[in-house]
Amino acid sequence: MSWLSNIPPGIKNIFKPKDDSSDTLWSKCPGCGEMIFQRDLDAAHQVCPSCDHHLALAPSERLALLYDDGAYEEIELPDPVTDPLKFRDEKKYADRLKENRRKTGQQDAMRAAYGTVDGVGVVAAIQNFKFMGGSMGMALGEAMLKAAEVAVEKRAPLVVFAASGGARMQEGILSLMQMPRTTIAVQMVKEAGLPYIVFLTNPTTGGVTASYAMLGDVNLAEPGALIGFAGPRVIEQTIREKLPEGFQRAEFLLEKGMVDMVVSRADMKSTLSKLIRLLIKERRQAAAALPAAADTHKPEAAPNANKKPAAKTKDAKKAPPLDKAAE
Amino acid sequence: MRTYLDFEKPIAELEGRIADLRQMDGETGVNVAEEIEKLQGKADSLLADAYSKLSRWQKAQVARHASRPHFADYVSQLVDDFTPLAGDRAFGEDSAILGGPARLRGRSVMLIGHEKGSDTAGRVEHNFGMARPEGYRKAMRLMDMAERFDMPVVTLVDTPGAYPGRGAEERGQAEAIASCTEKCLGLHAPLVSVIVGEGGSGGAVALAAANKVLMLEHSVYSVISPEGCASILWKDAAGKGENKAQDAAEAMRISAQDLLELGVIDSIIPEPVGGAHRDVRLTVERLGDAVESAIRELEHLSPDELKQQRRDKFLAIGRTGLA
Repeated sequence: MSWLSNIPPGIKNIFKPKDDSSDTLWSKCPGCGEMIFQRDLDAAHQVCPSCDHHLALAPSERLALLYDDGAYEEIELPDPVTDPLKFRDEKKYADRLKENRRKTGQQDAMRAAYGTVDGVGVVAAIQNFKFMGGSMGMALGEAMLKAAEVAVEKRAPLVVFAASGGARMQEGILSLMQMPRTTIAVQMVKEAGLPYIVFLTNPTTGGVTASYAMLGDVNLAEPGALIGFAGPRVIEQTIREKLPEGFQRAEFLLEKGMVDMVVSRADMKSTLSKLIRLLIKERRQAAAALPAAADTHKPEAAPNANKKPAAKTKDAKKAPPLDKAAE
Repeated sequence: MRTYLDFEKPIAELEGRIADLRQMDGETGVNVAEEIEKLQGKADSLLADAYSKLSRWQKAQVARHASRPHFADYVSQLVDDFTPLAGDRAFGEDSAILGGPARLRGRSVMLIGHEKGSDTAGRVEHNFGMARPEGYRKAMRLMDMAERFDMPVVTLVDTPGAYPGRGAEERGQAEAIASCTEKCLGLHAPLVSVIVGEGGSGGAVALAAANKVLMLEHSVYSVISPEGCASILWKDAAGKGENKAQDAAEAMRISAQDLLELGVIDSIIPEPVGGAHRDVRLTVERLGDAVESAIRELEHLSPDELKQQRRDKFLAIGRTGLA
């Protein structure tokens, strides 16, 4: 259960997602320890074929998995004031930002996209844990607000894929203020009568869980994902005892009534699609303006199993055609 | 017996000598009034000087001062007929957050706030002001009630943070904080918050997503405690490095003055010289004035306008006024 913290650095390197290393042939599953052929792991969208352990999935791959034909428009996000506190710990925050931008090719920890899911227009906001632990700062607050705004404008549901260590300390109180600000984003979507769905992935903790990530009309979680307010280490220090196996994991939250469903990655799209179709109001769906780019969607297209997504489309406005993603 | 903070040592010495002289005065009949007056003058100016240039870390210490006025002091000195209501109607009662209707200078308000406790037994009873999910859910219940009866809500924030315990996690601490914040933001009644001591992270913001957010002069409000920040960013275990916590407090800019400058709060309530604990009566009086005038400003807004004003205010944070 403690695979997150226990893997030696050598193995950690092996598990760098494909963005970082493409030359590894075999990987050892942190769940069951089996050696997996990297190509099989990729084809299964980073889910271990033998034990179903869900490894981290890069945002681009998840978006490709979600949207019809892997195609989506990237939503342009506002660029808020950078480093207003001129924060410096052992490193300058400004330098950390640069480093993370270079490393991830993203401007900050959240991206937003629009596309169709089985023919229905959906806005997705997705956090990248690799960008400073997916931490919530001003840029993320603005990203959530922008995503909500586009959702309301297009009368589309908003799906948030959460992955975060919490608020970004380097922005001090301004990061804390993103809790109410992102909550306003959620309210905007809800008030417009549109579904707001949270898909919690590993890990989601701190101020992110304590704001938009727990406010879904429906909260879904990936198997094994660590989800909580305080991190396990802080709790163990507070209560001075060891936490039981599985504490704060997705299945635990399901049992405690905090999430509606634990959804494996293979069922992600079909589950979201079904829910959205059930929740969205007919007249609004009819009025939904679909972008020209997505006009070619085939709502009845049959799902094919586990095809490997094509090349990365990080900067592309529209992804090149992909094999139909797994449902 | 007054508790002195580290940086107050010179003042403590002077005040100690004054006390000794006073005692001597009574016992011996020797006239030391002149000497006392001289020392008192010196002590006063030292105090005024120290408090006029407190560092952020010193402010954190003042904000956590054992004798700082807490919720109970505001209840006993600011309002009449406070009627504490208990329970979240689902799991239990959490006395880290207290609340109920009260009369504030003639007006019915819903008064809600963290209580840290002021002696050992009280601190344990109130869990040092660290609320569990039940506390936030009770607060939500009271806010709903306030809205129904058209009462302004006044929250007094004073918490190191929400309680990071096992049961709290099991019962959805994150969800409770998120929903309480959402409740604040959706409220159709005036909501005025005052950070009276420590505004610790999400546990504070859940009660402070308000139309007007005020801070006492030496209170602090931050995303994480200076110690917590230091232990993460400076890899410094809590307890062993006050210096690093000091650095973290500076870097995060946690003072009321910082927050006003960053456009996060609306105004600062001045404290008596030497901090709120030196003159609780005056502190309560000034807080009462500030809250009353904040409510007055909001009273003419319609329910929808109240919600919109609050939303606009939070949306503007970080969009304007930053260098």
